[in-house]
Amino acid sequence: MSEAATATTERVPLVEMRNIRVAFGGVHAVDDVSIDLNAGEVVGLVGGNGAGKSTLMRALSGAHRADSGEILIGGQPRTISNPRDAKAFNIETIYQQLALADNVDAPANVFLGREMISHLGNLDDGAMEDACRKVMGRLNPNFKRFATPVKTLSGGQRQAVAIARAVYFNARIMIMDEPTAALGPAETAQVRDLIRQLKTEGIGIFLISHDIHDVFDLSDRISVMYHGRLVGTMNKDDVDTDDVLAMIILGKKPEEASREELAELKI
Amino acid sequence: MADALTGAPAPTQEANRDSHRIRGALAATEIDLRLFGMLIALAGILFGFHIMSGGKLVQPANMVTLVVQASGVAIMATGMVLIIVSRNIDLSVGSIVGVVAMSYALLMTDWLPALGIGLDSPLQWLVALAIGLGIGALIGGFQGFLIAYVGIPSFIVTLGGLLSLRGSVWLLSSGAAVSGLQTEFRKIGGGVLGSIGETATWAVAGVACIAIIGLIVYNRRQRRRFGFPVRPMWAEVLLGAIGCAAAIGLSAFANSSYLPAGLATQYAVEHGITEPPGGLKVPLGFPWPILLVIGVTLAMTFLATRRRFGRYVYAYGGNPDAAELAGINTRWTIMKTFILMGVLCAIAAAIGSARLNGATLDVGQSDELYVIAAAVVGGTSFAGGIGTIPGAVLGAFVMQSLAYGLSFNGVNSPTQNVVAGIVLIIAVGLDTYNRRRGSTR
Repeated sequence: MSEAATATTERVPLVEMRNIRVAFGGVHAVDDVSIDLNAGEVVGLVGGNGAGKSTLMRALSGAHRADSGEILIGGQPRTISNPRDAKAFNIETIYQQLALADNVDAPANVFLGREMISHLGNLDDGAMEDACRKVMGRLNPNFKRFATPVKTLSGGQRQAVAIARAVYFNARIMIMDEPTAALGPAETAQVRDLIRQLKTEGIGIFLISHDIHDVFDLSDRISVMYHGRLVGTMNKDDVDTDDVLAMIILGKKPEEASREELAELKI
Repeated sequence: MADALTGAPAPTQEANRDSHRIRGALAATEIDLRLFGMLIALAGILFGFHIMSGGKLVQPANMVTLVVQASGVAIMATGMVLIIVSRNIDLSVGSIVGVVAMSYALLMTDWLPALGIGLDSPLQWLVALAIGLGIGALIGGFQGFLIAYVGIPSFIVTLGGLLSLRGSVWLLSSGAAVSGLQTEFRKIGGGVLGSIGETATWAVAGVACIAIIGLIVYNRRQRRRFGFPVRPMWAEVLLGAIGCAAAIGLSAFANSSYLPAGLATQYAVEHGITEPPGGLKVPLGFPWPILLVIGVTLAMTFLATRRRFGRYVYAYGGNPDAAELAGINTRWTIMKTFILMGVLCAIAAAIGSARLNGATLDVGQSDELYVIAAAVVGGTSFAGGIGTIPGAVLGAFVMQSLAYGLSFNGVNSPTQNVVAGIVLIIAVGLDTYNRRRGSTR
């Protein structure tokens, strides 16, 4: 499974998105943004509401097509026009809410769209439950409710099911859109542990989050977006939370901002 | 609930332990409690009317008639479940039945004879049936295309279908009723000539018993294969015994409805049997519509639970965005539900026209309402994602039992409609209440 990904230590970034533009009507939701991601790395994507983080990631996950720009996967230019294309390149997305079909059970959700079937083409529910038990055993050993609809599960358990789906299908690139937004403190801690574990397995993760502490805790690099533009990408160790907050609010790198603007922020 | 239990005094705890034991036992058998409840309700309705009628209602001949009357709606309800589960509606089913029934009649009396396949040609009915099923699939497919690919709401598309297809029935036959179908075809409608007889009925019971036991063994093996928990042995044996008893009981019941006296005399003469005093008893066995209902229910349940298509329909109903993002071809899935609905309407139309020995302008009129009611009474939720096929079939029988029981006791048809409407609302109301309680637990 995803252990295979650990072996591939490439110089080439896992993903490069170059000069991506996405427009809705006349509005540039994403305007000439370039961003990249390496194996075993977490890149935090931050910005205010409507900054274009989710739209940029939707272009990578196939939920929305970019109007222009280039996407390179492992150095090869690729076209991603729908979620199926993205999955074929081992790109898996964890959405904050849209992820699961609430009325079916965990195995059915993990395998949704990619069911295991017997040689007659019937669903092999036994094999799917078995595989699901194994993956969930790694992610959340206490999880036992494999036969109930996922709407009866807790937020953390649901997120684990969503992540299990990505892990089972050898995700090499994971997009997590606010993975902890709907969760309580204990569950958030669970998901954070999961992210660290995935990282050690060599998976590259784009992490969209409003929670600056989440981002600092988990990311290696941080990209800040402002009104559709990329303000900049910094190594986490080179900046502190105040610098990043300033970039989010002002849309400028700290060294570009005037003293007055920075002073105003401190109030 | 758990909080309420901890503070309870001792005697209540005792009672609770008992109810827990019963609930635990029921849970061990993994019987669907909703379906179980509906079966009990159905039995209650029938026996209520049975007593009202002075013990005349529940006898083989009446029950067979009841089931045959409900068969078309029951068959269509299995398709309506999938349509409603995937957050659509089909108002055109009654009109599709009308068009296809008229097509069967015209094919057999007019169109096929014109092509040289006359009423005397043995395969005429099969050709007509195949073309009719094709017409159903085409109509359903066209509506499904408009809904899934063009994006017109299903309510509008099928409302248009309801009107224009009913008009088409009139145009097809220039307003005339058509009659005189092939004898073989008329068997599909059941009745005296459309029943399979005593031996075949017992054979059906035998096959059913083998299938039930085989299925239980297969499921147990499958779960064992992966080391999953299995049902306790007593529960497996109990379920198998109940299943087999039901199959044998129903067959015995069907075999205790006999050929009417006049026809029995004719039968005796034809087969060179001397009629015993008190008349010859020739068991009729299962009529074809009942076998069709059973076959369709099994096939549709299989499709809904064991195939990708069914999985996608339910997943889409639970969360359309999730299904789309999982890479499911949701449009094609939706279109397929409507194609399937069209085919089921064509089967229902075959039963309807076979019973009439032809087609009138109003075959299938208002069926859409009974079909939707059956699905909803059977537990299908308009919120999407919830509903079972056996539930809808039971729902159809519940509604038909009410209508049949009332008319059997001399209640007029407007009053029957009043009752049916109220029952529909109460059934769904109770279900909504139960679900709301269930979801807060």
